[in-house]
Amino acid sequence: MTLKQISSSLFAGLILFASASIPASTASAAGAGKETACTPKTLPTIPEQKWSFQGIFGHYDHDSALRGFEVYRGVCASCHSLNLFAFRNLSALGATEDEIKGVAQEYEVPAPPNDEGEVVLRRALPSDHFPKPFPNVKAAAAANGGAIPPDLSLIVKARPDFEAHIPKILGGYMDAPAGCEVGEGRYYNAYYPGYQISMAPPLSPDAVTYNDGTAATVEQMTTDINNFLAFVAEPKLEERKQTGFKVIIFLVILTILLYLAKREVWRKVH
Amino acid sequence: MSSPEFSNPIVRWIEYRLPVFSMLNHELHEYPTPRNLNYMWNFGSLAGFCLVIMIVSGIVLSMNYTAHVDYAFASVERIMRDVDFGWLIRYIHMNGASFFFIVVYIHIFRGLYYGSYKAPRELLWILGVVILLLMMATAFMGYVLPWGQMSFWGATVITNLFSAIPLIGENIVTWLWGGFTVDNPTLNRFFSLHFLLPFVIAGVVILHIAALHQHGSNNPLGIDIKNKGDTIPFHPYYTVKDMFGLGVFLTIFMAVVSFAPNYMGHPDNYVEANPLVTPAHIVPEWYFLPFYAILRAVPDKLGGVIAMFAAIAVLFVLPWLDRSPIRSAKFRPVYFVLFWVLLADCILLGFCGAMPAEGIWVVLSRLGTVYYFAHFIILLPLLGLYERPIDLPLSISKPSPSGTSA
Amino acid sequence: MSEPVHAAGNHDADVGMDEGRRDFLFMATGAMAAVGTVAAVWPFLSNLRPAADTLALASTEVNVASVAEGQSITVVWRGKPTFIRHRTAKEIEEAQSVNLDDLPDPQADAERVKPGEAKWLVIVGVCTHLGCIPLGQKTGDVKGDYDGWFCPCHGSHYDTSGRIRRGPAPANLAVPPYEFLSENVIKIG
Repeated sequence: MTLKQISSSLFAGLILFASASIPASTASAAGAGKETACTPKTLPTIPEQKWSFQGIFGHYDHDSALRGFEVYRGVCASCHSLNLFAFRNLSALGATEDEIKGVAQEYEVPAPPNDEGEVVLRRALPSDHFPKPFPNVKAAAAANGGAIPPDLSLIVKARPDFEAHIPKILGGYMDAPAGCEVGEGRYYNAYYPGYQISMAPPLSPDAVTYNDGTAATVEQMTTDINNFLAFVAEPKLEERKQTGFKVIIFLVILTILLYLAKREVWRKVH
Repeated sequence: MSSPEFSNPIVRWIEYRLPVFSMLNHELHEYPTPRNLNYMWNFGSLAGFCLVIMIVSGIVLSMNYTAHVDYAFASVERIMRDVDFGWLIRYIHMNGASFFFIVVYIHIFRGLYYGSYKAPRELLWILGVVILLLMMATAFMGYVLPWGQMSFWGATVITNLFSAIPLIGENIVTWLWGGFTVDNPTLNRFFSLHFLLPFVIAGVVILHIAALHQHGSNNPLGIDIKNKGDTIPFHPYYTVKDMFGLGVFLTIFMAVVSFAPNYMGHPDNYVEANPLVTPAHIVPEWYFLPFYAILRAVPDKLGGVIAMFAAIAVLFVLPWLDRSPIRSAKFRPVYFVLFWVLLADCILLGFCGAMPAEGIWVVLSRLGTVYYFAHFIILLPLLGLYERPIDLPLSISKPSPSGTSA
Repeated sequence: MSEPVHAAGNHDADVGMDEGRRDFLFMATGAMAAVGTVAAVWPFLSNLRPAADTLALASTEVNVASVAEGQSITVVWRGKPTFIRHRTAKEIEEAQSVNLDDLPDPQADAERVKPGEAKWLVIVGVCTHLGCIPLGQKTGDVKGDYDGWFCPCHGSHYDTSGRIRRGPAPANLAVPPYEFLSENVIKIG
């Protein structure tokens, strides 16, 4: 009876726990929707990738993420903001203070009003956030045919397919199926909800030049930008997993000791 | 109870004027507890521990949080990025809410299985339901604070429930919002109440414990304590057992916080609230899903709201719906089955709540809702009249005449 | 589960631990629980320290090219007003000629400025008494009896080197860490 009841109650707990996964699965199923002329007949293959930040010992591929920053500022930054990212954050990827300063100096940010009350631009410092491409949402919409390019700071955590999202979108461009009317200024993308995206295919070979000599193929840039944006979405991931691992080891030992102590105390009751 | 002698003069001095030490000694040390409590009885103290975790982490978070629609989202992200250990405390608070509900739901179903709500523990049970209601209100308002898309639209949908009230509904909703939509005044008052309610919960928890200690814990056999041999002192037996349970809990909890902190969350809440765009699927947090399913099962707006609140209200009168004098489901062969069916029904409703309200899910959530209420309002009263219980053991310490099923 | 007491493991009831091992087990468990509790408190205390974005703003760069002789500017460094004065020859002379034995907090002017840059005085404009902001930055301000700064809260007088001369303040106005990045650019912090 004892074991049976423990297992059944554990089972109940697990079910409660498992029901938590439902929202995510519905959300991804929802993307499919009803079949229309635009439903892709075959999906472009996105190579299965094992990302270094997955798993219990996950950590970011620093070199790749730093290259991804080059892709961001060379390609994405003309339309997409990265509001939560400050230049100083690059130090977590191993960039030196001088490198960060050098990068920041290439950008200008508004200074506090000067003595005449005018807002002038000054060179950015490591403490500054990456400047936005558009001053506000209206300006962003006006410059992009009504579509608002989303901020990329949390994009990897804010989509139901998480780290698979960006590779899918970047690799999802293809010719529209016959009979599918693609709107003015829209592009057919098999992985975008509704299949019509306002973003032109952003990557082309050698869209950026990597300092470390890596060949800037579209696949390479896709991997790099995804590593970078995963880092921006969850910059404390490495600290979290490393701390967590130690905490769990400690707790397992403590719990075993508590179990032994409990058994010792309760022996008297027999 | 004999008043213990304290040797420490400072303790004696205080004790003479304020008897805290004898009270602690009585309630936590010698407090006679049934000797046969199983691990299901760990969840009460675990729930108390969860409350402490939530209050402590919440207070620390509030020191860096900004309750303003323009800054709330960014301030939470600043906690996640720049504040020392902010990511840890935020994930503890975020997942702590889910774990608090897991623990409390197990605690509630333990009470249902072993008939812990029956005389003389009706008020103990009712106070527990009050705590559940307060927890729900607190969790709901807390979920609004990060000001993501789910925060905003969850708040909009749930507050709009009150518009179902005839005549004054719209006015009540405007009053709740402090405006014509969920906006800055709403966020501010939710923050204020989210900060206040946990302390109200703590107060009700004290009453809950006071009521518990009046007649002592129920036990797996559901029979009263007959003699001293039936009990053991709370300390050290149950303190060490609770500590062990806490160790297991913390291990699982920290594993989720460390390796899957967003598992129970929703990706849309990492998109800042946008009052002009509703996400494709609004889903409440998992712990509200069964109630959400009941809400959507009723095709009438007011009816759905009433059914949802009634699903909790029925728990208040449960001690008077279940007329069987036997507490533990062990000795109630029919109730034993009904209990597991009810649990399955609640899980089914949880699944229905997560699914889009269409097709088979509507049918299932209606069936589930009907069964939920039938369990409490029809089946339990009938059971009290017709069920033939198994013979009860004579006492906790003596082997039962009919033997407990092994 | 009806009798966990018995179910807990009848087979060790007769085995049992001896007193010593038992005590060791309890002490080890207690010690580990204590260590765990202390470790768990640490993140909550550490949480209250200045955050990374606050620390990132810990230094300020100021261009002083436009500050004429005899003028002062106030810049904000770490949220505190910081005074930068372009001292006149007379002010420097006053600051250097003071007999150190007369000072409540003896410090030579040369220790409070950068070598060769005696005309620039950089000090944190927070009174060392109870944290008010002394007057003396603007033309027309009361500058106190020593031609430097005067704190209106409790009447502390500072000289042209920012040293306390009279009043309740116990110490000179603090000199922040700073360096000249170029002839006209000062980096504070």
